[in-house]
Amino acid sequence: MKNIKEPLMKFVFLLSACVSIVAVIMICIFLFVNGIPAISKIGVPEFLLGEKWKPMQNIYGIFPMILGSIYVTAGAVIAGVPTGILCAVFMSEFCPAKLYRILKPAINLMAGIPSIVYGLFGLTVIVPIVRNLSGSNGKGIFTASVLLGIMILPTIISVSESAIRAVPRGYYEGALALGAAHERSVFFAMLPAARSGITAGVVLGIGRAIGETMAVIMVAGNQPVIPNGIFRGVRTLTSNIVIEMGYAADMHRDALIATGVVLFVFILIINFMFSLIRKRSEN
Amino acid sequence: MKYQKSQSINKITFTQKMKSYKSDPLSFILLILVCISACVTIFIIAVIIGYIIVKGLPEISPELFEWEYNSDNVSMMPAIINTVNMTLLSLAMAVPAGVFSAIYLVEYAKKGNKLVSIIRITTETLAGIPSIVYGLFGYLMFVIACKLGNSMLSGALTMSIMVLPTIIRTTEESLMSVPDSFREGSFGLGAGRLRTVFRIVIPAAVPGILSGIILSTGRIVGETAALIYTSGTIAGIPENLMDSGRTLSVHMYALLSEGLYTEQAYATAVVLLVMVAGINTLSNIIAKKISVRY
Repeated sequence: MKNIKEPLMKFVFLLSACVSIVAVIMICIFLFVNGIPAISKIGVPEFLLGEKWKPMQNIYGIFPMILGSIYVTAGAVIAGVPTGILCAVFMSEFCPAKLYRILKPAINLMAGIPSIVYGLFGLTVIVPIVRNLSGSNGKGIFTASVLLGIMILPTIISVSESAIRAVPRGYYEGALALGAAHERSVFFAMLPAARSGITAGVVLGIGRAIGETMAVIMVAGNQPVIPNGIFRGVRTLTSNIVIEMGYAADMHRDALIATGVVLFVFILIINFMFSLIRKRSEN
Repeated sequence: MKYQKSQSINKITFTQKMKSYKSDPLSFILLILVCISACVTIFIIAVIIGYIIVKGLPEISPELFEWEYNSDNVSMMPAIINTVNMTLLSLAMAVPAGVFSAIYLVEYAKKGNKLVSIIRITTETLAGIPSIVYGLFGYLMFVIACKLGNSMLSGALTMSIMVLPTIIRTTEESLMSVPDSFREGSFGLGAGRLRTVFRIVIPAAVPGILSGIILSTGRIVGETAALIYTSGTIAGIPENLMDSGRTLSVHMYALLSEGLYTEQAYATAVVLLVMVAGINTLSNIIAKKISVRY
């Protein structure tokens, strides 16, 4: 009896371990099998570089959405990364212990707030402010960038903070002993040493930003055209899927799944970069 | 921290510090930048949480927690029940698979095993996939290919794959933090590998496993994009697993996109916020428990 149990359970554990492999394979198969035929039917250049998305006339070009995703993500990086890294420096090297005990859980809470709640906040607070400042209708690249910048803050802060904390204390003390001020020691001795960890945090944040859906839908305006200004409305790859999937049929539906394939490939590239950077930081 | 200690030995007064900044303006600029960023972050957190609470708290009324949902009273009670059901159902599938998978990785796999590195890569990939891609996949596989339709089961299956990497990673970490002497002691007393795992290692790793489960709960509660096209947007409580039902986050999205119920959406946001805060507090308490153990 005992002799059967051991190998049996080992087999069960092995089987469970393979679930994640099977899941990734299934995701790839289902997305590619449903998406690739549509892409080849539309034509790769027409699909990826086509500037018009008119499902009613069977024109499927997702170039505006690809641009939209890139613009919005770039905006989020500009808005969120400097603040995030500097705040991580504050958390690890400047923060009084008393404040830290409140700030750390607050940032964790910020990471846990559902994206739809961020969307509501963006829609009712940031959009009116931008509307008053810019004279546009308030929904567009700028608003989405600000909101996404806020949303990736907790990711960047916590990853960068642990990267800075992982730097050996000797770096800081050495710089201090050479006569550098506290700030200089932190910025010119510790930050360079934590560089790859911080980069990993930024890449992780980019992944979050490009994959974010519900909050972006609320504030980006969602027009499927190439925007010609920072306050103009824009549609991302993610919102394209959620907005139209509900009523799409046939070719239109397949084109949306193909949009998902493009997004998936984007994410795979970012993931690959992330693991490369992390491997380098481990060495 | 050590800086503060050294400060208490060689005490620098505030005026002395300001004087030193005069000869070193760059340091002063850096200090200002860091403080501004921290203030901005604190300000943003305070505004978001404050705004949601101020706008949402007055909108919370007993009617919003009635059992029936209808167009006169968009009660969130069915959505809350659906959220709980969805969480339990997803965890019931993801926790055994995730924990067993971690057991294999930590306790059974030999060092340098190729399978282990493949599993590492796939879990990392799963962790990075955005929720809308999970939604698309769940829709294609469970709703259409498996013919489950828009149902709680489709949603829960999608969710369980989504939280799998979280559970695997946290369980793995907590299993690895169990000292080897525990295992050696158990082997020395004549216990087999299986008995050692279930009687010695897992009980010692329970807090870590729990924190993974709580983290996953947070993700399921907050998820919208992956559920809209898998579990659907029907507002009532489904009679069985094969019926559609919307969770609280999807409920909030539906209220917002219908455009008529913004006040109720605020109230839902408060309930979601309270749930997330509760989940975070719980995981903090458990995290503290882990750190005092060894």
